[in-house]
Amino acid sequence: MLELENITKVYKAGQTEVPALRGISCRIESGEMVSIVGPSGSGKSTLMNIIGCLDKPTSGRYRLDGTEVSELDDNQLAEIRNKKIGFVFQSFNLLSRTTALANVELPLIYSGASNRRQRALQVLESVGLAQRVTHRPSELAGGEQQRVAIARALVNNPSLILADEPTGNLDTRTSQEIMAIFKKLNEQGMTIVLVTHEPDIAAYTQRTIKLRDGQIEEGVP
Amino acid sequence: MKLWDCFSTALRALRGNKLRSILTMLGILIGVAAVISVLSLGSAQAAIVEESFATLGSNLIYVMPQELGISGVGAQSTLTLEDAQAIAQNAPSVENVAPMAQTYAQVVAGGESLSNTIIAGVTPESEVVDNYAMAQGSFITDFDYGARSRVAVLGSEVAKTLFGEMDPTGQSLRIGGRQFQVSGVLESRGTGFGLEDMRVYIPLSTFYATLTTSQVGSRGNSVSMISVQAKSSDEVESAEQEITDILRVRHGLREGEDDDFRVLNMASVAAQVTQVLGILQLVLAGIAGISLLVGGIGIMNIMLVSVTERIREIGLRKAIGAKRRDILLQFLIEAATLGLCGGGLGIGLGWIIVKIMSVVATNAGFAFTATLSGDAIALAVGVAISIGLISGLYPAIRAARLDPIESLRHE
Repeated sequence: MLELENITKVYKAGQTEVPALRGISCRIESGEMVSIVGPSGSGKSTLMNIIGCLDKPTSGRYRLDGTEVSELDDNQLAEIRNKKIGFVFQSFNLLSRTTALANVELPLIYSGASNRRQRALQVLESVGLAQRVTHRPSELAGGEQQRVAIARALVNNPSLILADEPTGNLDTRTSQEIMAIFKKLNEQGMTIVLVTHEPDIAAYTQRTIKLRDGQIEEGVP
Repeated sequence: MKLWDCFSTALRALRGNKLRSILTMLGILIGVAAVISVLSLGSAQAAIVEESFATLGSNLIYVMPQELGISGVGAQSTLTLEDAQAIAQNAPSVENVAPMAQTYAQVVAGGESLSNTIIAGVTPESEVVDNYAMAQGSFITDFDYGARSRVAVLGSEVAKTLFGEMDPTGQSLRIGGRQFQVSGVLESRGTGFGLEDMRVYIPLSTFYATLTTSQVGSRGNSVSMISVQAKSSDEVESAEQEITDILRVRHGLREGEDDDFRVLNMASVAAQVTQVLGILQLVLAGIAGISLLVGGIGIMNIMLVSVTERIREIGLRKAIGAKRRDILLQFLIEAATLGLCGGGLGIGLGWIIVKIMSVVATNAGFAFTATLSGDAIALAVGVAISIGLISGLYPAIRAARLDPIESLRHE
């Protein structure tokens, strides 16, 4: 469960202050699948960075699983990202010189987990890549690369999957396959937040939060 | 993140770009190899010098004319046989005196001939004072000296050239056209810096009687060097003073006038030579050290390139939970590993260089035993790792400070 309360974010460009978020308040319940949509410049990315604990809000409160995140320091935020959040990016962001398996193991290395190999194999299997674990990203198709990235996001059992345009680099058919995986994960109880500008993709989610000019236009009851 | 994982992450990154890693190591490798071989060869050389001086004896004093060329060969000397006799009689701290006169002459035996060989006229005391050991036959005797016998003792190289493997004792040879008989051959001095192996020794009395004026000098009693043995090594200094006093009186030098001779004791010469060699070694090691510095700059350069290239990777690592410390350690370990591997390979290369030098030197007739000292190895490894760490520090800090959001957006 995550809870945003009157979140603002102001960027300083020299003397002028540019507000990116102007008082965002919303709740996303555990097990929900939500999409965040909006035109470019609406504050989508900023909001996603704050939800993903990559950035701190200028003011407001953000609770993730009951933890007051807005008060944590860099190292604590890194730990939250590692344990509670799984990132999926538009451009996959896999390490090109390492195998699918090693890519999936990466978050486990930073959390210091044991039997990493076993756990990584398990999630790779769950996204349908059991046969491709020793391949490098360059030897995999786009959809397969994104599945590796989803496996990497899942490997630490996060409370939230945060996907930023996860189908932006994929063709329609592959996009549907990837969305099916998200749908299935959600049915198994995973909280998923999707940032997208494609209505087709947003249609997969139960709720759509529309942003405009740093404020929520609709989607919050 | 566990330390072991930091290591395997760093090693994987280095393996991922093998050619670049190897080229970067090359700088450190060459530097370490240079430092190691300079240090090892230097200590071997110091050992040779020490050994050479040890064979000469520590209570030895040389008296030489002032302003003369090497060995005083051929030039007019200010020292005479009578000077030597005066030192022997009047200096209480002196045990033994061995004057020597030298000239060049052609030496012929059988079919072989040696032109411009150093002919040394010596007294029987020379065997003791100059510490000569006989390989064959005997040294010049009191009888030979008294009778002006035409006998010659050969340095080992001379004997080898003229007579080959044959025992030359009793054979005849011609020195400057005059007939002599070989009475003995000296043991080789080997690695020493003197010319003992290249000389032919004849009685000093015979030297004056048989060689021409141009070879002996107009006074007919010049000597080019007087070797003096002090009674003990404690009495070397007092012997030096006595010799100086005696010679100044004999040469009629007034107060304030400069000596027309030089008095050297071997211990101080040894110390000087060792000091000069030490400075030389330090300079060489310094030059080798500069190549280590250049290697370090190479590592820093490559690490900076590597950080810039991997900005997205760093961003991703941070996004999935890497802390600053993890990124810092990853890059520091990469740099240190470059240093360590370069250092290790450098020790190997240094060892090969030292071995080759040893073989070359041994073939050239030097008893040369250069070894890699543990100190040098420890120093090289320590320096190599430190250079890696220091060079890697700035790039690693830069990597650790990168902002994850901007890094992920980086193209």
